[in-house]
Amino acid sequence: MATATTAGKSAGPRAAPRSFSARLMDGDQVAHLITFIFAASIMLITVLLVIVLWNHSVLPRNKFGLSFFTGRVWDPVAEQFGALPFVYGTLVTSALSLIIGVPLGLGAAIFLAELAPPKISDGLTFIIELLAAVPSVIYGLLGIFVVVPFVRTGLAPWLIRHFGFLPIFKGPCYGVSFLAAGLVLAIMIVPFIVSVSREVLLAVPRDQREAALALGSTRWESTWKVVVPFATTGILGSVFLAMARALGETMAVTMVVGNVTEIKTSLLAPGYSIAAVIANEFTEATGEIYLQALVELGLVLFLVTFVLNGLARLLILFTAQRGGTT
Amino acid sequence: MSAWAGSAHLKIRHGISYFMLGLAGLCALVVVGALFYILGYLMKNGGTSINLDFFTQLPKPVGETGGGMANAIVGSMKLLLLASLIGVPVGVIGGIYMAEFSGKISAFILQYTADLLNGVPSIVIGILAYTLVVLPMKHFSAIAGGFALGIMMIPITLRSTEEFLRGVPLALREGSMALGASKWRTIVSVVLPAAYRGILTAILLSLARVAGETAPLLFTALNNRYWSPGWNQPIASLPYMVWNYAISPYDDWHRQAWAAGLVLLAMVLLTNIVARVVLARGSNAMPR
Amino acid sequence: MKKYAMAAGLCLAMALAVGAQSGATLLNGAGATFPYPIYSKWFDVYRQEHSNVQINYQSIGSGGGIRQVIAGTVDFGATDGPMKDEQISQVKTGVLHFPTVLGSVVPIYNIPGVTAELDFTQAALAGIYLGKITKWNDPEIANANKGVNLPADDIVVVHRSDGSGTTYIWVDFLSKVSPEWAGKVGKDTSVNWPVGLGGKGNEGVSGLVKQTPDAIGYVELIYALQNKMTYGKVQNKDGQFVKADLATTTAAAAGAAKSMPEDFRVSITNAPGKTAYPISSFTWLLIPTTIPDASKRDTLKDFLKWMLSKGQTYTADLGYAPLPKEVVQQESKAIAKIK
Repeated sequence: MATATTAGKSAGPRAAPRSFSARLMDGDQVAHLITFIFAASIMLITVLLVIVLWNHSVLPRNKFGLSFFTGRVWDPVAEQFGALPFVYGTLVTSALSLIIGVPLGLGAAIFLAELAPPKISDGLTFIIELLAAVPSVIYGLLGIFVVVPFVRTGLAPWLIRHFGFLPIFKGPCYGVSFLAAGLVLAIMIVPFIVSVSREVLLAVPRDQREAALALGSTRWESTWKVVVPFATTGILGSVFLAMARALGETMAVTMVVGNVTEIKTSLLAPGYSIAAVIANEFTEATGEIYLQALVELGLVLFLVTFVLNGLARLLILFTAQRGGTT
Repeated sequence: MSAWAGSAHLKIRHGISYFMLGLAGLCALVVVGALFYILGYLMKNGGTSINLDFFTQLPKPVGETGGGMANAIVGSMKLLLLASLIGVPVGVIGGIYMAEFSGKISAFILQYTADLLNGVPSIVIGILAYTLVVLPMKHFSAIAGGFALGIMMIPITLRSTEEFLRGVPLALREGSMALGASKWRTIVSVVLPAAYRGILTAILLSLARVAGETAPLLFTALNNRYWSPGWNQPIASLPYMVWNYAISPYDDWHRQAWAAGLVLLAMVLLTNIVARVVLARGSNAMPR
Repeated sequence: MKKYAMAAGLCLAMALAVGAQSGATLLNGAGATFPYPIYSKWFDVYRQEHSNVQINYQSIGSGGGIRQVIAGTVDFGATDGPMKDEQISQVKTGVLHFPTVLGSVVPIYNIPGVTAELDFTQAALAGIYLGKITKWNDPEIANANKGVNLPADDIVVVHRSDGSGTTYIWVDFLSKVSPEWAGKVGKDTSVNWPVGLGGKGNEGVSGLVKQTPDAIGYVELIYALQNKMTYGKVQNKDGQFVKADLATTTAAAAGAAKSMPEDFRVSITNAPGKTAYPISSFTWLLIPTTIPDASKRDTLKDFLKWMLSKGQTYTADLGYAPLPKEVVQQESKAIAKIK
């Protein structure tokens, strides 16, 4: 390649002779082109992904249309495919994980950004970011052997005893459940919320806090009523990111959710999720339309991530710019 | 803000303040505690299960006690090697484009695409690899698994390479350009060396990320009870084995799942820590 | 950069070292979990006897075995429910069924405080899996088990979440004994379950039953034996309660052995005979009719012969019944069909 030859020739003297410069300029263009091709390959992959998912989900799309999303029956024998139980399960587990994870993550972020001394804050943040690096199959492993028994013998009986009158806490509970999946997911998404939220909180200009404190507000009031609102959009962005992660999580969910194609209101009941059904049935789908129905689920998952990521990036970008200009 | 109140009111407000701030601290404690709990639990269960056999033996037939996961450990390494053959060059060179050549619009589009691709659930990447590699090759294979993992590495490496390159001070580039070097020469001989620790960190972090992935391997690399010679055979990997053994009913397999989980976690966390250390020892010019 | 290059080099060297031992015949198969214990034993022993052969079998479920044989991504498949005609027509290379062993599916349960072997009537099993019988002390169960103190707890039904031949055998039986099941649910490797939790694989189901109090599930006999789980007797066609074992499984195949169809696709659930265990089945290897690669073809043929002779001696230890003599003879002839 052109770059290799130029590198060899000008290895010695620091100031290359003028006569080379024209050729080197050409090298720039070649480099521009080559690097562009590599960078553009991610576009290619994404487009390819869409084409593959689209082309391999023609049959169920033609047969069921939009009723694919409203059908409750997933019956490979009769080749009747409705995805509602999976969509429902995905939404419930994700929502549950956000309900648990967002306050927890936000609280931790506030502590790290506002209270902890910088050194301790950095150290703890590093530890929390390591939590994001733990493979999901390990969360699943702990889910099976720790969370599920805990839900079955500790949490669920307690919830049933005290809140059993609520339809969402109706028993019985076998351990594997929406709740177990939500708990595991919550721990998995917290690091995302913490590290992004902490950053946007830190980006809030110092004078905002100082002004609030000077006006006589307490430390918490200045944090909650001034700093957090200032960073709301960024925090919201982190929540969307976390949500995208929760929606697409596969292994940890399939290991604890129970894998049942049913729609139950109780959080203590077992269910299913989109990613889990793909993992369980993709290699085993015997009929063509069965397989394509699973690919269509993959397409749905892709589209949802597409939208959520877009929203998240825009929100974070928005806060970053606002923080930067002040 | 409700302004001047009596001192009793003030006391309540301060009380609330301490309470809420304490609660925030508790949240941080819970989250940090979660990591130590996971580590501790794995050490307790995995630590007692790890032995030499685990690293040197092949799995035993179903239901028989003993054996190890030597093939899965090597399998994971091979998959990661393949993944980096795809992920590293594309990610790093693509990152160079993003930081050095891209215009505003192209940068925005590519950044968005990279972030999107990064967020795509790994199981969907598995479908892609199955369709593009497994079906045409008529084989579950290490190549298919490596391809899936490699695809996942690209956006991570690309975005962080870009970030680290952007962190190289303008003065360095200008100095080089002023001496008559072309942009390309400047990148190769000035910018890249200045940012190489950052790039190394980027690569290590992306490797750590994909090392623990199970979902994309389910229908690409599949699994293998034996050694997997060459590249066109199904291959065992640690995350797959953790999953496979964890959902089994055999106590001895549970034991090995814990051991495999511990080894996997140690690998991933160590890589993360090494990456940070590499970065920390680098020049101050690096962002963050 | 140096360090990275070194690390990469090291990885490469390791990988090559492992890759160097090729030259052997490598076969990949996937499918049924029902015979997984005996298959993994067979392939292990066979590999010890033939050092240049390595047969990797992954238990991804019978549905998976059929699917991957159709897609051509494996060298052979395995299933517990024979392929349907329209599925066979999709396999470009053609496909042959070879019965390997006989097995039985047993109801396992985990009722705290109950250690007795329960007797299950046909109506009880169908009722439980249809969601009609929901308590352990339901009269349909209690009347058959006088003297056992059954709790008034809810029954937790566990089934397979993946496409499975064990499921096929189970629902094949339920379809034969319960018209309601046949009408509402039918039979296949995966069905639309009226009730219950899903576990992946025989492993997943027995794992789930083991961990969930008041659960009932169905697994291949060996999984119950290996995990020391209690399993019930099932009422057969002649009204007898029979416990699954070698003799009762063999008895179930007695009729089919005498009139085995040409392609070996036969169902023996709810077979007649006083001692016949009603939820029994053959399990099949799915071998392509034409295998272009000569060494793979010869290896597979040799393995099939080995399996029909020496392989059969390993069955008893693992809770499977060996093939009846007539079937072995018929199969030995069929091996020649592989081209």
